[in-house]
Amino acid sequence: MATTPTREVARRVFAREFNDATYTFKESDDDRAPVYALLPTGQRVNRIFVVGTLTETEDVGEDSEYWQGRVVDPNGDTFFTYAGQYQPDAASMLRELEPPAYVSVVGKPRTYETDDGDVNVSIRPESITAVDEATRDRWVVETAERTIERVQACEETDTEYVRMAREQYDQDERPVENYRRTAIEALESLEAEQAEASAD
Amino acid sequence: MTATDLRTHAEEIQEQFSDQLDLTVEDVEERLDTLVNEYKVPTSEARRSVINTYLDEAGMDRDQLGGGGNERKQVGDVDTAEEWIDLKAKVVDLWDPRSDAVAQVGLLGDETGTIKFTKWSKSDLSELDEGEVYDLRNIVTDEYQGQFSVKLNRTTTIEQLDEEMEVGDDEVEIEGALVDIQSGSGLIKRCPDEDCTRVLQNGRCSEHGEVDGEFDLRIKAVIDNGMDVHEVIFDREATEAVTGISLEEAQEMAMDALDTSVVADEMHEKVLGRYYRVVGPTFGRYVLADEFERITETTDPEAVLIKARSI
Repeated sequence: MATTPTREVARRVFAREFNDATYTFKESDDDRAPVYALLPTGQRVNRIFVVGTLTETEDVGEDSEYWQGRVVDPNGDTFFTYAGQYQPDAASMLRELEPPAYVSVVGKPRTYETDDGDVNVSIRPESITAVDEATRDRWVVETAERTIERVQACEETDTEYVRMAREQYDQDERPVENYRRTAIEALESLEAEQAEASAD
Repeated sequence: MTATDLRTHAEEIQEQFSDQLDLTVEDVEERLDTLVNEYKVPTSEARRSVINTYLDEAGMDRDQLGGGGNERKQVGDVDTAEEWIDLKAKVVDLWDPRSDAVAQVGLLGDETGTIKFTKWSKSDLSELDEGEVYDLRNIVTDEYQGQFSVKLNRTTTIEQLDEEMEVGDDEVEIEGALVDIQSGSGLIKRCPDEDCTRVLQNGRCSEHGEVDGEFDLRIKAVIDNGMDVHEVIFDREATEAVTGISLEEAQEMAMDALDTSVVADEMHEKVLGRYYRVVGPTFGRYVLADEFERITETTDPEAVLIKARSI
């Protein structure tokens, strides 16, 4: 019955955890098989949805336009997103938007290795849109909740991807507990913002 | 009513009683023929009368009667096209037919859900009333883009039942971020042909070839809450409300730009990346946005904080 391929869910993740998701893999040998990034909390990710503050845009291309956007979450951590000729809509958004601005970004995780061997994680955008603060706030709460659920599942269950995360990441150096703290910090900063706004 | 149609009915009736009565198809056909061609009784009434005669002869109740070759299905079980089935269902909704070829079109429902039905004018069947329950025999299933429907035809019999029926609530409520607008959204053209309404590709209908299309608006969107995804269709009215762009404005925009895609681009900017709550029935893989709202209320972080601190 289900003949239509299922669309990948856009996962919610804060920048700190996303940028730690340096391990990528495919589920099959097929050239066109989707590439997954493995979150340190034990979930595979092929698409993410992010809402944050666009703080800076820059054309870093050499021969042709290649736009870099920095999108910051409430913890002050940065998502990097890159859009070139193959993402014309997202590229023109980055060209036109005036930072700072709240933006929604839907995109695919991509990794690349730098000359000194570090792996950088970024978003290849499918779409970028300017949104309002209420959208950002909702995303923060939702992302905190999804993150906490993943941390909990990671500590209490033993799924394929939880095991994979244990094998691929050094969990002594970067305990999963850190991501729960990230979620709490994000919520607390949102609460502080809201208290400030209602005091004005 | 042609002789072949009567023959089909006769064969079915003969088969239904094959375990109880020693009938020949010719016997049955003769009785039907008398009623239909001599007494000018409608076929469905004739069929009913003949069946009742045989029920009396066999000392049976109507309930004991077999399906007569057709499978008796429930709405939620319809998953194949071009299947002949019997269905007991309530008329949930009647819509205005878009063409003279269609006598009635609307929604049938039972406890398992709802399904679109079409009744052709040329089939010459009796009128269905909204809110009434019917036993429909010999109807055909159809499928278009993953969406199933049933068609009533010349051989269909309609029997109104004096009973209530609870119609399954296949409405869903979903909440999430609108993460994608699929192709085929924006200002589109539909085939003007009878009961077709297919969306044209480069001015062509896949069924009727090159036609003069009629403009319409729709959005095929993906709403994602981080755990699962739903494909949602906003019809013209919903699209106008969610984007603030009317069909007339959309046509003007397209005319100015000499390109219909500007409408979809404008819609991307207005709705992508925001959160929506949508309520509506499911049709195949789609949810039809009957009611929807942009979620703008401030979310309280406290509940999630408590959860986060407790683990």
